[in-house]
Amino acid sequence: MKRIVAWILQTVLPPLSLFLMITVVWQAAVVVYQIKPYLLPSPLAVGAALIRDGSRLGSALAYTGAASLLGFSASLIVGTLIAFAFSQSRMLRNSSYPYFIFLQTVPIVAIAPLIVRWCGNGFQSVVLVAFILSLFPILSNATQGLLHIDPDLLDLFRLNNASRWQMLVKLRFPNAVPAICTGARTASGLAVVGAIVGEFFVGYGSRRFGLGYLINATNDQLELDRLFAAVLTSTLFGIAIFASINVVSATILRRWYDQAVEHRN
Amino acid sequence: MGSNGTKTAASERVAPSLIESHDLTMSFDPLKPVLREITCNILAGEFVAILGPSGCGKSTFLRIVAGLMSHTSGSLTIANQRPNEARRTAQSVAFVFQDPNLLPWRSVADNIALPLELRGVPREERMPQINQVLSLIGLTADDAGKQPRSLSGGMRMRVSLARALVTRPDVLLLDEPFAALDDVLRQQLNEELSRIWIAHRWTGLFVTHNVSEAVFLAQRVFVMSKRPGTIVADVRVPFGYPREPALRATADFARLCGDLSFRLREAAQ
Repeated sequence: MKRIVAWILQTVLPPLSLFLMITVVWQAAVVVYQIKPYLLPSPLAVGAALIRDGSRLGSALAYTGAASLLGFSASLIVGTLIAFAFSQSRMLRNSSYPYFIFLQTVPIVAIAPLIVRWCGNGFQSVVLVAFILSLFPILSNATQGLLHIDPDLLDLFRLNNASRWQMLVKLRFPNAVPAICTGARTASGLAVVGAIVGEFFVGYGSRRFGLGYLINATNDQLELDRLFAAVLTSTLFGIAIFASINVVSATILRRWYDQAVEHRN
Repeated sequence: MGSNGTKTAASERVAPSLIESHDLTMSFDPLKPVLREITCNILAGEFVAILGPSGCGKSTFLRIVAGLMSHTSGSLTIANQRPNEARRTAQSVAFVFQDPNLLPWRSVADNIALPLELRGVPREERMPQINQVLSLIGLTADDAGKQPRSLSGGMRMRVSLARALVTRPDVLLLDEPFAALDDVLRQQLNEELSRIWIAHRWTGLFVTHNVSEAVFLAQRVFVMSKRPGTIVADVRVPFGYPREPALRATADFARLCGDLSFRLREAAQ
């Protein structure tokens, strides 16, 4: 109980009070200086838009949420599997790693036309963008975790005539779990960004829409209160995803470390 | 070589030599060999300590015996086979590292089970072997379920030892296993190790830089020179087993330790 109170006082209260202060100043500024709503909506207007647009935001959130979760899950599975392959062959690793860096650094805008040409526009392409953006952190962290192993432990397995498969399953993979968790934490945020930004470039033309579309459309129509409401929703969703990944990885890592290592970003 | 030759049981003399090293040399860089011309015979069931200054290559020698590293020239055989062949066919070789090296994601029992798992021992056969080795090494059934992180350094080393013993090794190689422990604990574990050796009679090679540890445990002590390491003395330890803690307080023990310390200092120069 005492710890929960301390946690609220130290971790929750400071950002929350800063948020309230800024909101109050912002509201006052909009009223006092009579700022035009198409330049900066007041917090109250944003709140009203949030309520008014509730159902649209909800369905957009479902769309974006599904796209980012699918993209994230795909990169978690595919990234780990590629890392497995990398851990087995230095040649494979050395020859293909640069191309994954390429995949990480290429601007999504630049390859968006290609994605649309190959996969069409719509949900599947949004998922693909979320996947591409979130793959690399998982791949690089998992590879690192699979390869960075105490040499004595490798010797221990060798002494017992362990097969490659046994080494992978009983040593390399469990050893990589903390690193994969770290990668997943980064990747989860990138998947959300990918799902939103992806919709700008490859999500148009389908009957359903997500937060990316809402942000784009409300901006075009100068409805900044609705734009802010959409941005706020995406932010809250991003935080929720990040927090749940943190909880899951802390639960898993409790078996690996003394105390679940605290991660702050 | 100065050997404190005294009477040993006739059966030990007749026992076939298990580990034979002849002119073994090992180097990464031909100009700076790590080990040079090591020649020795270790009998089956014999307990030998290798004493040497830090960096003399004694751990490297142990790794070559384990088949984890290869030598450059000369020969080394275990039961007339190359170490990594011997390990795959006839002989079971276990290694105890300086660091306990437990897998943090496995419980104590699962850590001890690891070598059995890797060797394909069926699950139902593992449990009795694990329980046996747990009691041998002084761990309770309660400890078996714990995670390594909740154990003290001494307990972790016991688990590491149990993991090596669970396969009933023919050859047990120990690389300064107790170097990180405090003196009392080290002495206790030495006493237990010698008790287990009497009961199981694996062929033991114990690397250490602690003279009294070497004398307390072993039947023979090899003294190695500084790098490039070679065996400069092969000293027989004339004390019978079981060795009691009181042995450490005897004049003979002190004399032998003094003699070995002197040789060790010479070897380090």
